[in-house]
Amino acid sequence: MSLKSTLSAATALSLITATGAFAADPSATITIATVNNGDMIRMQGYTDKFTEETGIAVEWVTLEENVLRQRVTTDITTKGGAFDIMTIGMYETPIWGSNGWLVPLDDLSEEYNVGDLLPAMAGGLSYDGTLYAAPFYGESSMIMYRTDLMEAAGLEMPDAPTWEFIAEAAAAMTDRDADINGICLRGKAGWGEGGAFITAMSNSFGARWFDMDWNAQFDTEPWANTLNFYKEMMDASGPTGYATNGFNENLSLFNQGKCGMWIDATVAASFVTGDDSTVADSVGFALAPDTGLGKRSNWLWAWALAIPAGTQQEAEAKQFIEWATSTGYIDLVAENEGWANVPPGARTSLYENPNYQAVPFAQMTLDSILSADPNNSTVEPSPYVGIQFAAIPEFAGIATEVSQEFSAAYAGQQTVEEALEKAQAITNEAMEAAGYR
Amino acid sequence: MATKASRSAARFMMAPAVVLLLGWMLVPLIMTLWFSFTKYLPLRGDSIDRGLDWVGFSNYARFISSSSFWPSVQTTLVMVGGVLLITLVLGILLAILLDQPMWGQGVVRILVIAPFFVMPTVSALVWKNMLMDPVNGILAHLWRFFGAEPVAWLQDASLSSIIMIVSWQWLPFATLILLTAIQSLDSEQLEAAEMDGAPVLKRFWHIVLPHLARAITIVILIQTIFLLSIFAEIFVTTGGAFGTRTLTYLIFQRVIDSQNIGLGSAGGVYAIILANIVAIFLMRIVGKNLDA
Amino acid sequence: MARSVTTKRKMITTAAAWTIGLIIFFPIYWTILTSFKTEAQAINDPPLFFAFDWTLENYAVVQERSDYMKFLWNSVIIAGGSTILGILVAIPAAWSMAFVPSKRTKDILLWMLSTKMLPAVGVLYPISLIFVEFNLLDTRGGLVVVLMLINLPIIVWMLYTYFKEIPGEILEAARMDGATLKEEILYVLTPMAIPGIASTVLLNFILAWNEAFWTLNLTASTAAPLTAFIASYSSPEGLFFAKLSAASTMAITPILILGWFSQKQLVRGLTFGAVK
Repeated sequence: MSLKSTLSAATALSLITATGAFAADPSATITIATVNNGDMIRMQGYTDKFTEETGIAVEWVTLEENVLRQRVTTDITTKGGAFDIMTIGMYETPIWGSNGWLVPLDDLSEEYNVGDLLPAMAGGLSYDGTLYAAPFYGESSMIMYRTDLMEAAGLEMPDAPTWEFIAEAAAAMTDRDADINGICLRGKAGWGEGGAFITAMSNSFGARWFDMDWNAQFDTEPWANTLNFYKEMMDASGPTGYATNGFNENLSLFNQGKCGMWIDATVAASFVTGDDSTVADSVGFALAPDTGLGKRSNWLWAWALAIPAGTQQEAEAKQFIEWATSTGYIDLVAENEGWANVPPGARTSLYENPNYQAVPFAQMTLDSILSADPNNSTVEPSPYVGIQFAAIPEFAGIATEVSQEFSAAYAGQQTVEEALEKAQAITNEAMEAAGYR
Repeated sequence: MATKASRSAARFMMAPAVVLLLGWMLVPLIMTLWFSFTKYLPLRGDSIDRGLDWVGFSNYARFISSSSFWPSVQTTLVMVGGVLLITLVLGILLAILLDQPMWGQGVVRILVIAPFFVMPTVSALVWKNMLMDPVNGILAHLWRFFGAEPVAWLQDASLSSIIMIVSWQWLPFATLILLTAIQSLDSEQLEAAEMDGAPVLKRFWHIVLPHLARAITIVILIQTIFLLSIFAEIFVTTGGAFGTRTLTYLIFQRVIDSQNIGLGSAGGVYAIILANIVAIFLMRIVGKNLDA
Repeated sequence: MARSVTTKRKMITTAAAWTIGLIIFFPIYWTILTSFKTEAQAINDPPLFFAFDWTLENYAVVQERSDYMKFLWNSVIIAGGSTILGILVAIPAAWSMAFVPSKRTKDILLWMLSTKMLPAVGVLYPISLIFVEFNLLDTRGGLVVVLMLINLPIIVWMLYTYFKEIPGEILEAARMDGATLKEEILYVLTPMAIPGIASTVLLNFILAWNEAFWTLNLTASTAAPLTAFIASYSSPEGLFFAKLSAASTMAITPILILGWFSQKQLVRGLTFGAVK
């Protein structure tokens, strides 16, 4: 090829890519941003069925949780309109709903039966009484423990244990030579990771993020107790490098038989009893621990589907949401993959279904969800809604930084006192910037 | 050789590149400057359409007085400096080694440059999960094999670990550039020195290193530009915890986690200032090698 | 070469170079190897190097979950388009800097490089807002332009250093023969600079291919390249090392192959005028 033709070909090619690339795709397709959790990925597998039934094509944008949050938040605040449905949680929904950024889901069909949604879930996904996101699955947190190791340690797990018992049992189950850690807990920085865990835990120790005047409370004794207790127990009985472990790291440790106990999301129950687990046959469940102050350390969360206001495909998007969060979808999954694999925690009827009641973790999941109250999560009164978070726009930023200080303390890079001091300063600083104080 | 006609032609031909880059720089920069003087909290309903409240320099004051600011500047400098030091020292040694006659030179060279083709996200994920994981990582297996307690890399040696990952990615680039420079070294000059009985170190110091000065300058300049904005490697591995929060990452937290665009924009302006200070500093030290 | 080398010395250098080369390459090797294991074998203790049942299951799972070809094609178009566009804009600019230098040439070059110092995340909102305003979100065209602008300074600089190596007399001679400016650039300068242009194209293709901030934040599905493909495998629930390895291997293989085939070209070109 001569040089001239090479160059003109290059020019032509770049023009083609440039013009071709600007042209929009005109088919009736909805684009859904979602998180790469097991239940969501399973849902993608069934999308063809939805397309068959309705003729609506679905494009999936599946992202890791942190990337997803970054992506959808930027899209909603800049009115980007890249997505017709976004997968968001209980933290985002009321904030976005109050800004008028989400399409209210107040006209769902009769057949969908909104009344069947668990009140705790529907409540957490509403603002001012209006539902803005439909729960795909809901969760609380609970203890998952190895019945065989518990027995070997000569202990018996009560249905509603205290933290004191947990620490004791963890120490008894730990066997460093056999690579068994008595307890695995989240320590990873990030408001949705270790931040969520320690906040839920602190509730049971009588701590709270803010007093009624929005002053940070990290200088109070309950917080020091929480962190000291956590760190002492984890140093004694936790895995190496626990300060970088999040949900997934712990799941994989537990499935490999390296944890005696694990306190985390109730949805994990189907994983630790599933095919990937080497300990599936010897897992027991119990309510998240407390300290006798009247609050347990379990949280409440839902991954839900919401429609950003301004989308061109509102009707189609609603159709999809009704399909994906319906009892029909639950039946579809149950039929193909068994009841243990259906998305849990969203609907009352699921827990009334005898087939599902036979699933070993069903009752404990429901009890955990029912015992969580986002409107009244702390021992002393607090001005915010939410258990493992405070539903204010500033929380994610503050809690991420605070949890980084905590993680540094877990790793021994600073003392618990130093971490709490910094947390106090960070929080008050940010609350001042936001105009609360 | 430049005539008047070619001068105006030159200006005309430079125009597209200059205008495009000027636009690319100025438009976001002006918007960033504007935001940095306003209260812009999108989650509280602030938007350009509704008008942003002017708040003067308070974002700047808040950003710089935050307890995270100076540590983040320090982290940035340590990270950039560390990676530069490692890639240059190892790069020079590797370039000298690869310049020697050996069997399978081509294959070795391919092995050495491979990391450069790996996208940052992938290399961060691979290092974090498959190499540095304290339980299942290959390094942990290696440590246990020798009877040592596995290291929780990203927790106990977080900054060094990230420097290691980034250096792995950039070592090929440094090696390649230094290798081309070494290959152009006059071997007769070296031989003459060898004949004179000059010791290896002395030969390296007086002949090789001066010859490499320009290549070293290029490596420092280009890498610094890319290293100052390192992001994916931190986002994937530590999320800014354990003292790995660079200035870029701090801005990310302000903009994305806190959704405080005004504050983040003020941080962006500081980052530009820092980048320029570093650039001027670099020019002072190495600029004379860059004579155009 | 005049220098005589003993076999012993050659053996030592060979051994040293191969050891270091293999260490540097190990993470990639390990990723590729793991992609052929089952999830359980991927975390086996001790690690498995050879004796395991090779499986393609991970690739099947990844392909089933996300349409690899779509992401690959977007990566090719975005990286290729931005590189071609960048070269077209940069050649004239580099020509004028190299052959009609003025006092400000060096300043302009350094200024161009300095535009790369704007931290991307600091201008995420401005750029996002502009993209929304002009309906460019999730279009390949928008990304082509952004990546072109990001890499333009490097392209201009590289081309400039190559062009400077070309003796001006040749161009002058062409001009004497009555060549127009266009002909001079097309028929005299460009052929002489082909090696330099080729390595510039390569380097920028690699940089554009690996760019992971804008390609992730300005796309959804239509224009999403391989960087977005990877973002869905980073830490799902359950065991994931094998699937992550498969996805990683798929994401880096095309560029790795391209890089290997063209490495001679790349090495020759990466001089930045370092060779006097």
